[in-house]
Amino acid sequence: MPATSVQIVEEAALKVRNLDFYYGDFKGLNGINLDIARHKVTAFIGPSGCGKSTLLRTFNRMYDLYPGQRAEGEILFNGNNLLDRKQDVNMVRAKIGMVFQKPTPFPMTIYENIAFGVRLYERLSPSEMGARVEWALRKAALWDEVKDKLQQSGLSLSGGQQQRLCIARAVAVKPEVVLLDEPTSALDPISTAKVEELVDELKADYTIAIVTHNMQQAARISDYTAFMYLGDLIEFGKTDELFVQPKAKQTEDYITGRFG
Amino acid sequence: MQLYTRRVLINRLGIGLSMVAMAFGLMALMWILWTLFSKGFAALSWEFFSQDTPAPGSEGGGLRNAIVGSMMIIGVTTLVSTPIGILAGIYLAEFGRTSKFAAVTRFVTDIMLSAPSIVIGLFVYALMVATLGGFSGWAGSVALSLIAIPVVVRTTENMLRLVPATLREAAFAVGAPHWKVSISITLRAVKAGVVTGVLLAIARVTGETAPLLFTALNNQFFSTDMSQPMGNLPVVIYQFAMSPYDNWISLAWGGALLIALLVLAINIGARILFRQKDKL
Repeated sequence: MPATSVQIVEEAALKVRNLDFYYGDFKGLNGINLDIARHKVTAFIGPSGCGKSTLLRTFNRMYDLYPGQRAEGEILFNGNNLLDRKQDVNMVRAKIGMVFQKPTPFPMTIYENIAFGVRLYERLSPSEMGARVEWALRKAALWDEVKDKLQQSGLSLSGGQQQRLCIARAVAVKPEVVLLDEPTSALDPISTAKVEELVDELKADYTIAIVTHNMQQAARISDYTAFMYLGDLIEFGKTDELFVQPKAKQTEDYITGRFG
Repeated sequence: MQLYTRRVLINRLGIGLSMVAMAFGLMALMWILWTLFSKGFAALSWEFFSQDTPAPGSEGGGLRNAIVGSMMIIGVTTLVSTPIGILAGIYLAEFGRTSKFAAVTRFVTDIMLSAPSIVIGLFVYALMVATLGGFSGWAGSVALSLIAIPVVVRTTENMLRLVPATLREAAFAVGAPHWKVSISITLRAVKAGVVTGVLLAIARVTGETAPLLFTALNNQFFSTDMSQPMGNLPVVIYQFAMSPYDNWISLAWGGALLIALLVLAINIGARILFRQKDKL
């Protein structure tokens, strides 16, 4: 039985209510209900095609880019329904940042990669902008590696550095929520460890939702975990409890590696 | 073993035939270049660039008026067709996408791409020359723009379509509005390819003769007035090559060599640029 009851977590940054999602005629999400706790890390796990990325992409209306994809229900963010047609999508995305599976630096300098998003919503003097760029790069633990080559192309960095640049870019606009869609699946173990450390530090200031294929990663870095299967939210709870004492049979099968 | 030998032989035969085909194609190109060089190179003197086209029967002369005229007509063509072509390409790839209007635009552009240039020349003749009272450099630029724009539109659109969806999504994800994503991120990501398209369009119109015959016509005197008939290389080559005067014929070969070298240089430049597209 899918867990359709709302799980009460402390203070919620995002409240998902009765969320259905459609790819054309195909229903990708079935009545999802859950809260994303403020300044905590919430992980989404489940086998490929279970809808975890789909769910994450409803939080910043990324699906809007593709005709034929639509969401029904409510996602409450600071009292507003994000799915409301009148909602300014660009403002939503400035408040709810996203980092993708593959590093996606913009084709410009490292400095400009960070400044691009900031300029969209704030008017800063050059010195303020310089400070903001440094601040964001420090937040992403990248400053020491790139401080002498801020004018080089973002594409000249290694994969792991590029991904941290993308995290810095997301953090630089000072969002409230950061969505991470399998941020380490294209990275080597050392870069992965750095990104995981980063997530742990970032949660002091940001609410984090992360999709991962890696159950150990979810167990290591998250406070809450949601297990999804075929578009249903099967189980949602504190990470410690979900991994130690899963309530649903499917969750237990998945985390013990019996399927997935 | 016999089967294996057979395969080796067929393989050799195949490679041999394709080498012959390649040599045939390459020979044609080399032959053209060789002819141009052997007959045109002697004409490329200081006078060739500093004197204007000679009157019938007079000695010497050069192509200064035609070279300057061609440069001006093509310059205006570039200024007109680059923004229109790039903006239309952005519309097709980023905004119109699968809409009906975009599909129609794409279809019309494809027809324009293969339209005979003489038809475009006649069209501009009827539109501008016959109505506005005379041949002019402007009309020449309009005709060449009609040929260049579809090339720029399609290369821009094709380049933008190569931009991975992930990069586009990432730009939207920082809260950038659509136009900003298109101009600052996706167009920027493929700017080398787009510039290459513009260069190839310029190369394409550099040698066009038929449209200019109906529009800019020719002018045997030096003129920078675009509202008057204007000397230009293709039409001068066309007229001089068929004349009975030796110095005219020699100038025609020189002009032909100049155009060929220009087109070659633009193409090589475009290739070098395109190869650098991965670097910022």
